[in-house]
Amino acid sequence: MKQSILHINELSIGYKRKNGHLHVCDHLNAEIGSGELICLLGENGSGKSTLIRTLSGFQLAISGEGTILGKNLFSIKEKEMALLTAVVLTDRIDVPNATVEELVSLGRSPFTNLMGRLSKNDKKVVAESIEKCGIKHKANEQLSNLSDGEKQKVFIAKALAQDTPLIILDEPTAFLDLPARVEIIQLLREIAMTSSKSILMSTHDLDLAIQMADKLWLLPKGGPLITGTPEDLLLQNAFEKLFVERGVEFDNKTGLFKVKHKHDRELAVKGHGFEYVLLRRAFARRGIKLTQANDQKDIWLEIPQKGNAHFNLHKEGKMVASETTVEKIVEHTLTYLN
Amino acid sequence: MTSNKQTSLIIILCIVLLLVLMVLNLTLGSINIPLHEFKAIFLGSDTANTVYSNIVFKTRLPQTIVSIGAGMALGISGLLMQTLFRNPLAGPSILGISSGSSLGVAFAMLFTGNILGLSFTNMGAWGDFGAIVSSLLGAAAVMFLIMFISNHIGGTLSVLIIGVMIGYLSSSLVSLLKYYSPEEDVHNYVIWGLGSFSRMAPAHAWIFFMVTVVLSFSSIFLNKPLNLLALGDRYAANLGLKIKSARLAIIAWSGILVAIVTSFCGPIIFIGVAVPHLAKLLSKTSNHLLLVINTCLIGGATTLLCNLMARLPGVENELPINSVTAFIGAPVVIWVIWNRRKTNR
Repeated sequence: MKQSILHINELSIGYKRKNGHLHVCDHLNAEIGSGELICLLGENGSGKSTLIRTLSGFQLAISGEGTILGKNLFSIKEKEMALLTAVVLTDRIDVPNATVEELVSLGRSPFTNLMGRLSKNDKKVVAESIEKCGIKHKANEQLSNLSDGEKQKVFIAKALAQDTPLIILDEPTAFLDLPARVEIIQLLREIAMTSSKSILMSTHDLDLAIQMADKLWLLPKGGPLITGTPEDLLLQNAFEKLFVERGVEFDNKTGLFKVKHKHDRELAVKGHGFEYVLLRRAFARRGIKLTQANDQKDIWLEIPQKGNAHFNLHKEGKMVASETTVEKIVEHTLTYLN
Repeated sequence: MTSNKQTSLIIILCIVLLLVLMVLNLTLGSINIPLHEFKAIFLGSDTANTVYSNIVFKTRLPQTIVSIGAGMALGISGLLMQTLFRNPLAGPSILGISSGSSLGVAFAMLFTGNILGLSFTNMGAWGDFGAIVSSLLGAAAVMFLIMFISNHIGGTLSVLIIGVMIGYLSSSLVSLLKYYSPEEDVHNYVIWGLGSFSRMAPAHAWIFFMVTVVLSFSSIFLNKPLNLLALGDRYAANLGLKIKSARLAIIAWSGILVAIVTSFCGPIIFIGVAVPHLAKLLSKTSNHLLLVINTCLIGGATTLLCNLMARLPGVENELPINSVTAFIGAPVVIWVIWNRRKTNR
């Protein structure tokens, strides 16, 4: 059994309003073990950010318990919290004239004296954090000269330099292009594995989360949290519930979301294989659903040979077109259908 | 961090610049003192010309040290505000802090005369003390107001516009106070409002110098909270900073600095906003330990330069100090806005 780092029990989160509380989510139960990478998923407005803010100690919970290493999350002092949790926020911070090294050094603030002087050990930790995040070659660069992905790494290095058992990140992959997203998640994965720090991050990158996270927290609107390993959640069909009303279909086999196309027409196709899959996609975009051509129809398509890009269009018993690209065959078919 | 050697070189250069400007301030003016005479005066030699010696010690030295103190204090208070509000255009005169301070002084100078039947100008040391306290209260009140507004509205520009409006508001209140006050006090207030570094007697000037220099340099003790606040409130809190007390300390500190300068020298414009940018230009760092030192040195040098220009070497008349500070400060502000436009694109 892994050591428990963070534990929440029947937590209700939300905001204070003049007339009582505005509840965002209720009945939240979860646990983070040491060295785990946890991804928090949920659609916009589900309360992801509120939960992240609450767990980071920026706002109080309405009710329920939260403990971090046995200490009450909501009565802990700033100084003590700084030694237990480091955060990476979505706020895009522009610190004028700051270099990478200066910013990462601020992560050592909880350990420095009144004048903020870095000890030998502090400097060592800063250098290690910078190196681990792969930005050593940029250490003396101005922050403003860095790309978005590199900036994100700087803030992760700052959190790493803070040397806390838990790091919480609010959508660290937002604003980044795909390679940078993969890189950031890989970096976090590595940090969790090699330095046995626990990491909780909110994200919209479901496919990456399923591949990389030890555990997922799914947050449907209003709660409660659904937690478990990605594989168990796939077995339980848990993802379907998450976006069910939004025209998105979840394919349990691939772990990917599919767009749910509306279709009003059907087209018979004889054949199968990869070519069939591609034809299905191409026609789905145009609102046409493919069916197997068992009996003879007016218009039908044929894939004569599996593994060969060749498509024939038949109309009233005659072959009227034969093409080698999906684009051309779809074009022909549409003119005959209309 | 730039290399340590480079940093110390910059600091030494700033100190040399400050010393050179001091000598120029002491020697140049309506009467130019030759360098060998100047040397004789400072070495206390018997051959020293007593007229020259009187000019140096009785008028120019007090003016010089007051300029240095005021420049440091205003520069530092500008630096603190720019970091606190995370707004590069923040500064005592632009955000209406000086106006608040002036209103405080006006209240003390004019209101006491009006209601209590006392002429403020004849109260001596108690009058000075009253002026500082009321000026401090005025400055702090405006700073809290700006803090509130920048938390609730945000945005560099809107805070700026509101600061300008506060300035107009307090000057209209001041004119109202003037209207009902005895002529002697009004006259004093108007003279005070022009701003000057040459109003203090040598003894007072030395005290002013000591207090402002010590208070300005002691802001190095605020370097850690300043560095953290530059990251924004949330990151700062996560790194263990008590946001509310840190903010309060910074507001109080910069308020005190503005209040002291404003109550003795009058409202001095543009120094507070311009000097921190010159200091940041010198060493590319976000570390406030270094920024505070740079700002102190550059602040002193800038006001010395302004003072020198105001005296127009060789000419009888003196220009009002604010016209010169605006001449140096306004281009810096324009340059800052220009640069922001480029980086925001």
